[in-house]
Parts: sequence; structure tokens; C-alpha cells
Amino acid sequence: MEFTEEQIQRYSRQIILEEVGGKGQKKLNDANVLIVGAGGLGSPIALYLAAAGIGTIGLIDGDVVDLSNLQRQVLHTTSHVGMPKVESGRRLLEALNPDVHVKTYQEPISAENIMKLLTDYDLVLDGSDNFGTRFLVNDACFFAGKTLISGSIFRFEGQLTTIKPHEGYPCYRCLYPEPPPAGLVPNCQEAGVLGVLAGTIGVLQANEAVKEILDLGDTLANSLLIYDALEMKFRKVGRPKDPQCPLCSDHPTITALEEHHVSCSI
Amino acid sequence: MITVRIPTPLRPMTEGKSEVEGKGTTIGELIDQLNAAHPGFKDRVCDERGEIRRFINVYLNEEDIRFLTGKDTPVKDGDEVSIVPAIAGGTHG
Repeated sequence: MEFTEEQIQRYSRQIILEEVGGKGQKKLNDANVLIVGAGGLGSPIALYLAAAGIGTIGLIDGDVVDLSNLQRQVLHTTSHVGMPKVESGRRLLEALNPDVHVKTYQEPISAENIMKLLTDYDLVLDGSDNFGTRFLVNDACFFAGKTLISGSIFRFEGQLTTIKPHEGYPCYRCLYPEPPPAGLVPNCQEAGVLGVLAGTIGVLQANEAVKEILDLGDTLANSLLIYDALEMKFRKVGRPKDPQCPLCSDHPTITALEEHHVSCSI
Repeated sequence: MITVRIPTPLRPMTEGKSEVEGKGTTIGELIDQLNAAHPGFKDRVCDERGEIRRFINVYLNEEDIRFLTGKDTPVKDGDEVSIVPAIAGGTHG
């Protein structure tokens, strides 16, 4: 497909980057990316990926927009309160960039639907709000051989990492083998989160997604980025492959998807 | 002294401090000493058998102690230890 005049103009600022160019722009336009959660992290991810011209963006989220979401979920507007988040998101993304094909799934992601869903996508970004989903998405991406860019936030702190065990790198369970047991974690809504933090981490996830599609620069496949918004500190720690990993080692104990039901953080 | 970085969820245990100083020759001793200074600290970081919980990582400088010698990993003055629990917020935060 040749670019139209309008597309050349729309993407000119990134096409002129020699690391991107017309070829890179074509890769972005051909990419299929799934975003898990159209909330705090999913919003900035979706907005920047749509703006960059990602060809197909899948949004999965079973919730409707609530007034208390708008402090950080910038994909939604006041007039969309009560609307399914994926529909609200689709409208804004299509208004931002009509080139983008937005596919919506108004349901929670689950062990039943995830494997089928992943077949349509090359890259997955996790912006989910609970450990059950995070471990499910990690495990499913491992079984499907899909690269996963994982971001999470809690109060004033964020974490970011790129997961691609199919290329020999560690998985999320190499980092954290198990989710915390229920009861050790407070209710997410009680914990609170700084709205801007969702933007910071979500935009970094989008950045890593674009790099992954363009095969540019360094990745977080062997490390974990930790951000402290109060102290304004970024730190990177090593994230080695765990030879005892229950999922991606040579002797796995997890060989099929399992569902966990646990909340937000310790 | 060893500098210990405290993650947001554990700061209620350290009067809101993001960094505390600790002593010990191993990570295990350091955790016991921090528990003496901040009662209840160990229960948050370790399970009932005294092992570090599976959803909490402890880093000596930039290395995960699970890939060193766990709680027996030696520490010395000037080291930085970070406690990094899994966090899951994203949609509802």
C-alpha cells in the first residue's frame, strides 16, 4: 500500500527520522496490537499508538466509564460516563486517526477467551488492574509465543518490563513466580493512584511497543524498570531467567492456563 | 550501614520513609534488624516459614537475591538493598 498525501503529512515527523522512514511507518501501519484494559495505562497507550498509526488496535475491557476514572483514564470524556470503555475508546481513537482499525471486546479477558484473541495480534500490552489478569496474560502470551509489554502502577510507583520468553528471555513468572494470596492485598480502589503516573508508565509502554515493532534500540527484556514518582527516580534492576520458573523453564509445573482471583498489591 | 529502599506499599511500616538504614551481614540479618526497628516489617516481606514471599523481590544493588544465595546473600556497608513487590494496578489503579 502506498501512502496517501495525507498520510505522508500526518506521519511526516516520524517518517523523517532515519530510524523510522517510510519502511518503519509501513511496519507501524501493518502492526496488530492488543491492549488489555482501556483504563489508566490503556488510555495513554492507545492514544499514542493510534497517533503513531498502528494499523489495528484491539481494546478489551468489560467495564463502563465511571466519573472516578476520568482523573487518569484520558481515553474517556465526561460525556462518555456510563458508556462501555471500549466503545468510548474506539470513538476517541477513530477521531484522532481514521487510519486506525479499532477492534473492541466488551468483556473481561479470561482463560476462556484469551488464546483465541491472541491469534489476531503480534504484540500485547498489559494495562490490567489485578494480579489474576496479569498472570493470565503472561501465561497466555507464553503459550502463544507473543511479546508482552507489561506496565503496572500503584499509588506513586510504577513498573515496566518487556516479556518475550519465546526469544529466550525471562517471563513474568521468572520475576514473580506467583501472585500474592487473596487477603494479603488491599482493595485497589482504596489504595489510590496518582493520575499522571498512569500516563508516565502507559506512555513508556507505548514507547517500548513502537521500538519493538520497529526493532529499534534496547529493550527491557532482561530488566525491570522501577519508577518512583515522589522521588522522581527511575531505577533498572536485572531480571534473569529463572531455571526453576514454573512456566518457562525446562521443567514447567504450569502447562495450561489457570485463573487467579486476587487484587491489586501487597 | 546499608541503605534499604522501601516500596510505596510498605512505607506505612517505616513512617512513610522511602529509604531507611539497616545493619547485618546477610539479607536475613538485615530483615531481622529492620523488623526490630519497624515491628511487623518481617511479616510483610516474609511468609510464616520466614522465607521471602514469592511476589516480593529483594535486590542487592541491581541483582535479585533469589539468583544469588537468597537470605544468606552477604551484605556490607555501602550496599543498597531494594524491596520490590509485584504491583498490579493499571485500569482502576
